[in-house]
Order: sequence, then structure tokens, then C-alpha cells
Amino acid sequence: MAKTYNAGVKEYRETYWMPNYTPKDTDILACFKITPQAGVPREEAAAAVAAESSTGTWTTVWTDLLTDLDYYKGRAYAIEDVPGNDDAFYAFIAYPIDLFEEGSVVNVFTSLVGNVFGFKAVRALRLEDVRFPIAYVMTCNGPPHGIQVERDLMNKYGRPLLGCTIKPKLGLSAKNYGRAVYECLRGGLDFTKDDENVNSQPFMRWRQRFDFVMEAIDKAERETGERKGHYLNVTAPTPEEMYKRAEYAKEIGAPIIMHDYITGGFCANTGLAQWCQDNGMLLHIHRAMHAVLDRNPNHGIHFRVLTKILRLSGGDHLHTGTVVGKLEGDRESTLGWIDLLRESYVKEDRSRGIFFDQDWGAMPGAFAVASGGIHVWHMPALVTIFGDDAVLQFGGGTLGHPWGNAAGACANRVALEACVEARNQGVAIEKEGKEVLTKAAASSPELKAAMETWKEIKFEFDTVDKLDVSHK
Amino acid sequence: MSDMQDYTSSLEDVNSRKFETFSYLPAMTQEQIRKQVEYIISKGWNPAVEHTEPENAFDHYWYMWKLPMFGETDVDTVLAEAEACHKAHPDNHVRLIGFDNYAQSKGAEMVVFRGKPV
Repeated sequence: MAKTYNAGVKEYRETYWMPNYTPKDTDILACFKITPQAGVPREEAAAAVAAESSTGTWTTVWTDLLTDLDYYKGRAYAIEDVPGNDDAFYAFIAYPIDLFEEGSVVNVFTSLVGNVFGFKAVRALRLEDVRFPIAYVMTCNGPPHGIQVERDLMNKYGRPLLGCTIKPKLGLSAKNYGRAVYECLRGGLDFTKDDENVNSQPFMRWRQRFDFVMEAIDKAERETGERKGHYLNVTAPTPEEMYKRAEYAKEIGAPIIMHDYITGGFCANTGLAQWCQDNGMLLHIHRAMHAVLDRNPNHGIHFRVLTKILRLSGGDHLHTGTVVGKLEGDRESTLGWIDLLRESYVKEDRSRGIFFDQDWGAMPGAFAVASGGIHVWHMPALVTIFGDDAVLQFGGGTLGHPWGNAAGACANRVALEACVEARNQGVAIEKEGKEVLTKAAASSPELKAAMETWKEIKFEFDTVDKLDVSHK
Repeated sequence: MSDMQDYTSSLEDVNSRKFETFSYLPAMTQEQIRKQVEYIISKGWNPAVEHTEPENAFDHYWYMWKLPMFGETDVDTVLAEAEACHKAHPDNHVRLIGFDNYAQSKGAEMVVFRGKPV
């Protein structure tokens, strides 16, 4: 039956609160943590968020009646308490899949985290998780290659990969920078990395950096007989400039480039990921600016959502945090988004902060990257936490070795291989890390010196967070 | 703190050439090899043996020693094949592989007998 037009403001819950709605398999589902303004009922706040992130505006308009709004609207279908927080609650909202352009994380975010985050009826709002139906996943290009293809291309099996960010992050000349890369790679690392803010500054333009780094890779490969790479950062002021740098990296035979997907933008990232797939180039993804979005527990976007967005947009590596050195609770939460990055099916698990089952179908997974403030003593914990499908990146923990980068790299490689070998033998390496590393150091003076330089940390499971970080 | 040491690796010195996983550790003993075979079998992977001349170790494709041992769960059988390959090609690198057919990748790959550097 046709509806009649009544101008004015309706309560959102009359239209958008549907507690009896059963989400469809094709719906995009979102879980928001809502802190409403005083006096706003939960149902009304949840319905308002559903409306403002989908079809609604603040007043009824006559053109609403020219379409089937009841089909297109977002539906707030459930509300839950937030444990330990009386001010906020979780709202679950279902969106019909055709509200979103196929293959566009840009469009998904413009709706889900657009105007609604400045909406007056809520004091704070956080997007905790999103369930992307397999029907939507299939429209996205995803990681250009994924874990298995990268292992085949780089010939690295049965262990995590090793990397290092070149420091100082700013100020080196291209030729000195290439020297630092060469020393790391000949010492036994698989990858080195441009720091995120190394783009193309006056002291080191991208073109010279690319050339010198490529010479370092070539020589280290001939010297060690192993495959090597350096993440050439192509993050640039414009997409045109970004592609120009990517094309040059391809021209000189570089195996991998990198991009900052949040500052560079999701549009640029999705395009670059497709380019990487077309051109056989691996893609490392940095996450500068993520903490602006994900650090506040009541407002913003949780990193597990940013992880899913990256997997859909495309990247072969993503920084995920290191776990060691942070709050204990982070371990479970980090394990949750590492799964979301790498696995093909992830079950709902509230103890890891995962609100929905997520089916990735055949979309490849990406390597988790652990980087920042870690050194050889952390190796047993890192191997235990991250498993094989990770890149462990030791910046200061390589370059800060008293004998230089090559020795630092070698120390990390020996420590990594000793931990993996012991793990394969069934040793509980997180608890017996000291014995494993000490034994390996007996035949590696480089590792012995590294262990003397950085302080031992405790390998008890429950004290892994109480690291001595005095080396920073 | 130990005195500073030079990192002695060079194009000229063939001993600088590595061969990926576990090549930065001392050569494996028989007992260590056995443990890694046990690991591969415990993971449900298919064991395989390959070999190459050390100067061609950078190539993706090494020579297969027979076919991968699909479904083999006997540690001694796998060890015997690795040793037979080593005996037939004493100067070559011999590597042990665990094919993970679900991941369509190798879950493990390591040189268990080191060839003579050339």
C-alpha cells in the first residue's frame, strides 16, 4: 500500500530500530560502541546511527517516497551492554549490500564512518567491527599476491621473515642509505625498509635512493646466495607521482614497494594494490595515523576494522604491533586481528574482540609485520606469538649492534633460526628462550655480543609485558 | 663486552653463500634432522627430498629425489631417502621439504646435508 507524505521530524527508532530483524547472509554488519548524550534512549541512539550511516537525514523529505526506503535503510537489530562501562553500549546494525559500491572500501567507510561520527545525538562513537559478507569480499581485489605467493617468490619457507627499518629515518644521503641497506642484507636479513616518512625529500630524492638500494640488493644476493628485498616507499603527494615511482621500481627489478594506506588514502592504496598484482610487485603496507583513529577506546575505529579494510583494499604485509612491551590485554586483541589478516575463516570470539564470523573465501592473507622496540631477547616470544607468517622487523635491534649492521642482522638471523628449530623440536621457547639463545650464541659471536648489549627479558608467559626498554 | 669483530663475508669466499632456513646455524646432526622430520610428519605435511650443486642453489628448482613421499608417516623411511640422496650426490646440498597441500606451499624447507662449496 502506498504511503502518504507527512513533513516533519520523526523519531529514528520508528524506522531504523528493528529488534526482530534477522540479518541476511549478504548484509554488511557493523558493531558500534555508542556513548549517547544524556537522556537519549539506547534504541533511539542506535537507530540514529543506523539512519545517519545509511539512508536517513534529520527530517522527512518527499523524495523518500519515490523509492523503497524500507529496503535500503540500515537496520539497528541488537543492543548489548559493554562489560565494565555503564555509559556506553554496543549497537549492531545491518546494511543491505547494495548500499555499497562493489570493490570500494572508500565507499564503505564514507557511509559507515562518515557524517555519523559528528552526529550530535551521540557523545562518542566507535566502530568496533564489521562483518563483510563473502558476496562483498569477492568484489574486492585484496592482497596483490598474499602469503604463499610471496614465500614462493622470495624462496622463504618454514620461518618468519626478517626485516629492518633503516635509521636514522631522515637525513641520510642516498649513497650512505644504500650502504646501511647492503650491510643489513649481507648479514642475513630478508628485507630492509624505508621509514614511513622517507618519501622524496631534498636530502635524498627517491630516484637516487631507489638506484643505490637496488645495487645493495643485487650485491647482497650474489654474496649470500639468498633472495633479498627493500621496501621502496612510493607514498607520494599525488597518485601520478606514486605510480611514477612504482614504475621505476619495477624497471630496476625491485621485488617489493611500500605504501602508507591511511595517510596515502584508501583510493590510492586500492589502485596501487591492483597495479602491484598486474606488475608482479609485492606490496608492504605501513599504517601511519592509525593511532589517531584506533587509540581512544570510546571514539574512532578499532584497528581490527582497519585491518579488514586493508585486506580488502590490498597489501601483502601490514604492521600489526609487536604485543611485547604493551599491555597484557593487547595480546589477545592483537592475535584477533592477526587472524583477520591471515586466515581464510575467522570465528566470532569476544575474548579476542571479534564480534562476527568473517569468511574471506579465497582472498589471500597477508603477512603480519611486528616492528618497533624489539631485539634478540624478544625473539622467542615473537616466534611464539606470530608463528611463521610474519615479518619480524628489528630496527635499532639490528643497526644498534656494537659491531654494525651486518653483525646485528646475523645475530637476529641466528636467534630466529635457533628459535624456529627449537620450536619444531617441541621446545616451549617462550619459557626456555634463554637456554635456546645461549646455546645458539655459543657458535655465533654476533649473537653473543647482541645478547650482551641488550638486556635479558623474562620469558614467563605472564610477565612478557614487563620488558626492560631502556635501550630505546 | 667482546672485542669488535669483522663480518667476514664476500663474493670471493664461497663459504659466504647461504641456503635459506637454518643455514645460519651449524650443520645439523643426525638427531636434529630426525626431529625436523618428526615435525613435518606431525604437521601432516608431505615429506620430500631435493638436491642441487651448491653453485646452483639460488635457483628455485632443484633436482627432485624421486617423488615427494605423499602420506609417508614413518620417520625412518624419510631419513633413509634423504641419506640415499646424500650418498648418491655427496657434493650437493640436500634439502628436506614438507609440502603443505592445503596452503599450496611448503610448510618447511631446510638443507639437511650441506654440499661442498664451489
